[in-house]
This record gives sequence, structure tokens and C-alpha cells, in this order.
Amino acid sequence: MGFLFEDGNFALFRDGFLQTIVLSALSALLALLLGTLLAAFRVSPIPALRAFGTAWVTVFRNTPLTVLFFAVTFGLPPLGVHFDHLTFAVLALGGYTAAFVCEVLRSGINTVPLGQAEAARSLGLTFGQTLTQVVLPQAARAVLAPMSSVFIALPRNSAIAGAFSVGELYSVQQGFSDGDGYSIFAIFFWVACAYLLISATVALLFRFLESRLAVAR
Amino acid sequence: MSKLLTRSTTAGVLYDAPGPKALARYRVFGVLSLLGIAGLFWYAFSALNDNGQFDPQLWDAFQYTTIQQRIVDGLVATLQAFGLAAVFSLVLGALLAAGQFSDHRPVRWACVSFVQFFRAMPLLILIVALYYGFFAKEPMWALVLGLTLYNGSVQAEIIRSGVNAVPRGQGEAAYALGMRKTQVMTTILVPQAVRSMLPSMLGQLVVTLKDTSLGFVITYNELLFVGKAIATQPLNAAGFPYIPVVLVIGPIYIAMCLLLTALARWIEARGRSGANRRTSPAA
Repeated sequence: MGFLFEDGNFALFRDGFLQTIVLSALSALLALLLGTLLAAFRVSPIPALRAFGTAWVTVFRNTPLTVLFFAVTFGLPPLGVHFDHLTFAVLALGGYTAAFVCEVLRSGINTVPLGQAEAARSLGLTFGQTLTQVVLPQAARAVLAPMSSVFIALPRNSAIAGAFSVGELYSVQQGFSDGDGYSIFAIFFWVACAYLLISATVALLFRFLESRLAVAR
Repeated sequence: MSKLLTRSTTAGVLYDAPGPKALARYRVFGVLSLLGIAGLFWYAFSALNDNGQFDPQLWDAFQYTTIQQRIVDGLVATLQAFGLAAVFSLVLGALLAAGQFSDHRPVRWACVSFVQFFRAMPLLILIVALYYGFFAKEPMWALVLGLTLYNGSVQAEIIRSGVNAVPRGQGEAAYALGMRKTQVMTTILVPQAVRSMLPSMLGQLVVTLKDTSLGFVITYNELLFVGKAIATQPLNAAGFPYIPVVLVIGPIYIAMCLLLTALARWIEARGRSGANRRTSPAA
């Protein structure tokens, strides 16, 4: 278990840890923005946008994340798109998670009482105003719990990026495994601890948000 | 009035039935968004075309029977890992759920911490550790065992919450009739819990199916691994067929998942009775 504090291993480990956090945070941001946009598409009065939202969710929810990473990492460079590995990973992970965020938001929109949207409309608010000022703020509150499980899953999923050349916690595990003679279980233990720490932090964050946003009805 | 009350809470409530002005506006927006989406497709198509991705030579590989056979073999390997992992994870989930309801505190704690630990662990890390630690020769068992540990823990949580959601009176009535705990569980609580939790459990099986693609990382000969092997061995001067491989493999995965989802819907519609509580699977 002590290997973490031997010959510079800690620096390597810390870098992987930070990279995981950066990757997760950027992907979460992309997923949140894109997911909200897609959810708005899926409930909009324009059939073309609805179809686009549905197609996106169907494709991205049913494709394994590994396949998405594979497609982005090996499929984009031949098309002349050259980013660094981190950007590719953010695109894949963000696009994948956006589909889940969209579904959660959409089910949240459905839980907002009918009267709310009707009252907003009878006051003369447009579709955009109804959505952004009346329905979405209430939906956001209702979806915090399912949303937290999506965002707890996100750092876990980010491990797959490590298999596609992002210097992340997983690749730290790989780096050590390649024959420095450390026990695989000592490495596993510390990497596991790091992930548990991250998901516990996200869970706490959501619990804090829930208590802040709670409204007595 | 009754029509208003029974109206489903779908998108329809968010906007009025459009009048002539709004209708014209929707049409404009509709045409604009159609144009935008068509532009997106055109851009993707021309990017693929300009870079020679529709060059027939690049797609040549898929005409050979050996390569078709390899794809089928990969598909079979994927389904094999999925089938084993699905069965084992359901069994493990049932055992862990039973353990969480145990009257013996050590058993309960052991099961709860087991479930919480493996639920929080990235599956990839788990599979790779198993691969290097125990199954370096047999990547399939590393994959199956990893999938079983993770998905079994998730299934255990689903079953547990299902049992907790059965109305309290059911269990109390069974005890009052003189049943023992095992009888109450197996004949009263679990059947009702499984019925209400079936959609979630099947949803988790879809996740299991998708996660078999992690076998790619530990050189298990499944669909994605086969795809990469095909893509890295170009048959002619046209180059590496990465994009054709993705365009073939991706839809296969999507079709399998959609089939499984359709099956889940069908079972759900068949067994619908009482209040079904539905939770969406985590990403």
C-alpha cells in the first residue's frame, strides 16, 4: 500500500487525478448545455427539431461509450479534424452524457403541474418564456435526484478516456502495471479511493444543491 | 373540463394551439431548422466525401467472407459475454439483495458495503485489475466477472428498493398469517417487487450489453475489438477503414440495444398492474 509515496509516484498519481477532474468538469459542462438544448428541442412545437432531438438521444444512448470514444479518436483525424486527446474525450463523453441529461430534463418537464404552463401561457408568455422562466426552474428542482446519478456516473465513465490516450487515473493504473513490480491490488486500491472520493464529492454537492433549492409546497 | 384534466402532460401543454400568425412563424422556424439540420448532414457528408471515405476500395474489406465471419464471431463473443454477465449479475443481485435484508448484522453490513463499493467503482478499472491480477490468459472471464460484480450490485439496489416499495401491509398480512420470513420474502414481497422493478432491471441489462464493449481494452475478441483489428489492417492502398468500421459496428450495437429496450417495453406493457415506479438507468 505504501507504493504511492515512493519515488515520485505521487506526482504521477496527482496529475492523473487532476486530469480526471478537468475532463469530468469540461464534459459535465458540455453535457449540461447540450442536454438542455436537446430537451428544449424535444418539447418544441417544431417537428424537425423534435425529430433531431429524438434521433440524437436514440443514437447516443444506445451506442456504447467505448464505441463513441473509438469513433471520435480514430474517425475524426482522417476527416482533417485534429484536436488534442483531451478535446476528443470531452466531445465523446459530453455528447454521450448530453443524451442522458436530455432524457432526465424531459421527464422533469413532464412532472411540472399542467396548471403552471397554462397559467404562464394565459399571462401571454411565449414558448421560450414559458420554458425558461416557469417550467425549467421547477423541472430542475424535480430532476436533481436523477441528475445526480447521471453526474456521479460521469467521472466513472471518464475512466474509458484513459484507454484512449488521455493521461487520466486509469492510465496511471496502466503506467504502474507495466512492470515496476508493484502489486496490482495496491494500485487498484489507491485508484479506487480516488474515484470514490470524486463520486462522494459529486453526491455531496448535489445533496447541498437539493437542500438549497428545496421549496416547501 | 374533463378533456383538460385527462390531457397527457406532454409537450402539448407548453404552447397554445397556434393561430394563423404563430402558424406562419412555426413554418418559418420549421423551414429554417430543416435547413440547418440538412446543412449539418451535408457538411458531414461532404467532409466524409472530400476525404475519400466513400471510396469503394475503403469498404472493400466487408466483401470478404473471412471478414464477415470475423464480425459474426465478434458479435457472438459479445453476446456470449453479455449472456453470462446478465445471468450471473441477476443471481448475484438477488443474493446481495437477500443479504441486505438479513437479520444478522454482519451479513447485512458486508452486503451493503460490497454493493456500495462496486457501484462506485469505474467498471473499466475493475475489469483491467481483474485482467492483470487473475485472468491474463482468459480476458472473457475478467470481463464477465467485472460486469457481474458491477451490474450485480446495481441489480441488488434495484431489487432492494423494489421490495421496500411494496406496501407495508402486504408483509404484515403475511406475517399475521403465520408465514416465516423466507416465505414472506419469496412468496409475497419479491414477486411484487420484481414485477414493479422489471423495467429498471431490464434497463440495467441494456447497460450491461453496452458495457461488454469494454472487453476491447483487455483484448477480448468482441465486436469492437474485431472492428479495430479490421481497421488497422488495410487490405489495399485506400488507407485505414476506421470510419467504415464505425459506420458498420455502431448500428449493430444500436440495433441490439433497441431490440432489448423493445423487449423491456413489451414485458412492461404485459405485466403492467398497479403503480409501476420507473427510474431511468444511470449513464
